[in-house]
Amino acid sequence: MTTETLHLTRTERRLLDEFQHGFPLDPRPFARIAAELGISEAGVLESLQRLHAAGAVSRVGPVLQPNRVGVSTLAALAVPAERLEATAALVSEYPEVNHNYQREHRYNLWFVVTAPERARLDAVLADIEQRSGLRVLDLPMLEDYFIDLGFRLQWT
Amino acid sequence: MDMNVIPHPALDDAVNRALLRAVEGGLPLDAQPYARVGERIGISEDEVMARLQHLQDQGVIKRMGVVVRHRALGYHANGMVVWNVPDERVAATGCRLGAVPCVTLCYRRPRRLPEWPYNLFTMIHGRDRTEVLARVEQLREHCGMHDFDYQVLFSQRCFKQCGARYTSLVAPTEPHP
Repeated sequence: MTTETLHLTRTERRLLDEFQHGFPLDPRPFARIAAELGISEAGVLESLQRLHAAGAVSRVGPVLQPNRVGVSTLAALAVPAERLEATAALVSEYPEVNHNYQREHRYNLWFVVTAPERARLDAVLADIEQRSGLRVLDLPMLEDYFIDLGFRLQWT
Repeated sequence: MDMNVIPHPALDDAVNRALLRAVEGGLPLDAQPYARVGERIGISEDEVMARLQHLQDQGVIKRMGVVVRHRALGYHANGMVVWNVPDERVAATGCRLGAVPCVTLCYRRPRRLPEWPYNLFTMIHGRDRTEVLARVEQLREHCGMHDFDYQVLFSQRCFKQCGARYTSLVAPTEPHP
């Protein structure tokens, strides 16, 4: 991978590490964070803007529990190597597809399909099967065991 | 329990849906983000905070805070580790794995025999492949998983990634309250 790693100040690291959950429900949440970090509210906002612009922070806000608003499934295709790019493009076309990754396996294309209800999900999967000529592995989540406290970063 | 078919009752409420649409892409980076959101959907700052608290209590919102991008922070390797765990042990194993800090997702999914025997899915990020594989070894060691068949599927290329578009799942034309 070619992505360069961003250089972060100590305060920025703390900002990323310590505020992935429990974001204050307070009229001035960034002022609360600033007090904990010992910097100004404006300093927190500036750092977050910088980290967002640099791609290290995707957003500050809620992470929703999967499958509480719509339904989703993880799907996979075993695509012959020479057709991978074309098939990936076909899959990415659907607005219902929000992740689409190549992975090292015979099942080499993995994507998440999200829709308001199961019938729409099934229609998208059937359409992908029909257009690609490949059988879709449909692996909906049955249970979620993950306790999401954010991602613990380890600094070297 | 199949969670795939349970839209949460809190989502029957049009204001909650408008609120989720307004915040799912992130809070505004403004000194008073909840006030700004309230202005956008026509409710008070206090009501925004109360509703966000309620949605967290109800489990619709899993957490609130800074959402980081692993790759930009130097975590270049991402392995989806799939395990074949006997059905009667999958819940206990899943709970144990789901609480390990380096595990960022932990789901039970159906097997699709004969081609797909794996029923437990975990995601593990690391700076490189070696680190991910070392963590998988640690998990096998510490979570008593030596007997279970598993595979590590490293990601090679991302063709598309955007946050789950809950916006597209709730009627976009709802009038503001």
